Amino acid sequence: MIAIGLEGSANKLGVGIISHPSPGKPAKVLSNIRHTFVTPPGEGFLPKDTAKHHRTWVVRLVKQAMVEAGVSINDIDCICYTKGPGMGAPLQSVAVAARMLSLLWQKELVGVNHCVGHIEMGREITGAQNPVVLYVSGGNTQVIAYAEQRYRIFGEALDIAVGNCLDRFARTLEISNDPAPGYNIEQLAKKGKVLLDLPYAVKGMDCSFSGILASIDILAGDLKANPDQRDPLTGEVITTADLCFSLQETVYAMLVEITERAMAHVGSNQVLIVGGVGCNERLQEMMGIMAKDRGGSVFGMDERFAIDNGIMIAHAGLEAYKTGFTTPLEESTCTQRFRTDEVFVRWRD
Amino acid sequence: MKTETKQAVNKQRVLPPVFQYPSAAVPLLITQGAEALLYRSTYLLPSIPCALKYRPSKPYRHPILDVRLTKHRILSEARVLVKCKREGVPVPAVYALDEAAGWLMIEWIEGEVVRIRLNEWLKRRKDEDLAEGVDDEQLLELMTRVGSAVGRLHAVGVVHGDLTTSNLMLRPRSREGLNGDLGAAVNTLEGDIVLIDFGLASQSQADEDRAVDLYVLERAFGSTHPRAESLFGEVLREYGKSFKGANVVLKKLEEVRMRGRKRSMIG
Repeated sequence: MIAIGLEGSANKLGVGIISHPSPGKPAKVLSNIRHTFVTPPGEGFLPKDTAKHHRTWVVRLVKQAMVEAGVSINDIDCICYTKGPGMGAPLQSVAVAARMLSLLWQKELVGVNHCVGHIEMGREITGAQNPVVLYVSGGNTQVIAYAEQRYRIFGEALDIAVGNCLDRFARTLEISNDPAPGYNIEQLAKKGKVLLDLPYAVKGMDCSFSGILASIDILAGDLKANPDQRDPLTGEVITTADLCFSLQETVYAMLVEITERAMAHVGSNQVLIVGGVGCNERLQEMMGIMAKDRGGSVFGMDERFAIDNGIMIAHAGLEAYKTGFTTPLEESTCTQRFRTDEVFVRWRD
Repeated sequence: MKTETKQAVNKQRVLPPVFQYPSAAVPLLITQGAEALLYRSTYLLPSIPCALKYRPSKPYRHPILDVRLTKHRILSEARVLVKCKREGVPVPAVYALDEAAGWLMIEWIEGEVVRIRLNEWLKRRKDEDLAEGVDDEQLLELMTRVGSAVGRLHAVGVVHGDLTTSNLMLRPRSREGLNGDLGAAVNTLEGDIVLIDFGLASQSQADEDRAVDLYVLERAFGSTHPRAESLFGEVLREYGKSFKGANVVLKKLEEVRMRGRKRSMIG
């Protein structure tokens, strides 16, 4: 069976085509392409402009994906699209595109939960059977484990997502958003050495990032006003790189801690990291050390599958489609709010 | 997901000197929690069992951050336990500690955590093919005791910070209950609730913090015991009666729940 997936819940527009051969065999990625709406340094992406970007590119991307996959319209079984969660306007423009294809090609629609897409693609690519999932991106921060047909959320950020914290700090520093603000913070952090004191906000398996963002913003403002500050412990001059380093060390320590707590709680020693922030090498490294300490292992993914993409929507959609799930045209809406644990996961035991 | 035992990694760790005192019983690793190792040993006399909680340094964390967190957590845990004990909240007593070495020695609590007992109980009901809702008194009674214990904790101005079913012990009331075989026939949900693991606890009287405690507990019941979730109202009912101001917390809980729901992941 073959499905095409359309994703556009944030600033990435992705189109992917996947093939599920006979049961038990691994899925085959036929094509997986993405176009990102990049804003100038110091600016975030606004829903209106992002939606316009998606509308402009969706037809081109679908055509290109079909050519790359080498499939014809007849080969496609269903059209999967992101139903939510995400930003309203970008979601809508992609849903419209999906409906158009459905009517044009006379194929069934399948609405997919974005987070479930990430999890299912992560399991498929890494072969992790029943891991504790850390889903970290610009819009979401959740620790998830599967139980009784649902992906249950054990812990989550109580205010802003970790990626949002990083993105907004990149805006404070006015560093480039290309290819991604978090990526550029990561590169800067590699040059940092001094650990500055930041709040550490973990509550059970939940965490909070807005206080950390406020603190690091203040530190950045101080540094701008007075660039000759020195670390009282080592006497080293404090730099912007140290700010990025301290921010990363603090927020990733929090993420690893809540993941470890969830692992202890459910008795699992496998971790799967999904979402855009999951590409961060320092986070992967820290998680790896923790998992090894518990006698387990960590499954990470590269940017093709960790960052928002169309193939994960196609994959999770096709899993649902094979159990008989479809989204009638009248119900092919999208929603900004769509919790991971709302989805009934019929395709797992 | 269904594994009951926490996996303790069998590897040689370098333990602080307290673990090697000849007068103490050889420490036996009981469990590896999220961030602490729990050993069973003895305190002063071979007849006084104790729990030794050791927070090894976390190699994934920056060393400065690691030291800061470990010290802070050992000290605040000890302070909170002492306060609770003094005020009559059911918690283990503090025997000794060394915050720089990262250990805390406390009273040993007999029994098992609610999570395990509840799973056993639910499994037995399933085996006996009892329909849901039938014969729920034992479970309801347990919920009452949980609500009352949490209420007493909050009444003295302490919030737990990680209130899950793994952090509620059921201590057998009778001597017979201490011996596994005899206990098997009786109600597995029997016993006194003892609150444990105050690693994330803090001293707070804020309704918000108290409500978050209840919310975390509610979700712990819901996520590990989907079937027990429906009876959580009993915990709240008893909690509401436990101290002056508890009803305000319950109001606040609705707000926290709403917000929890509102965390429906925007953007």
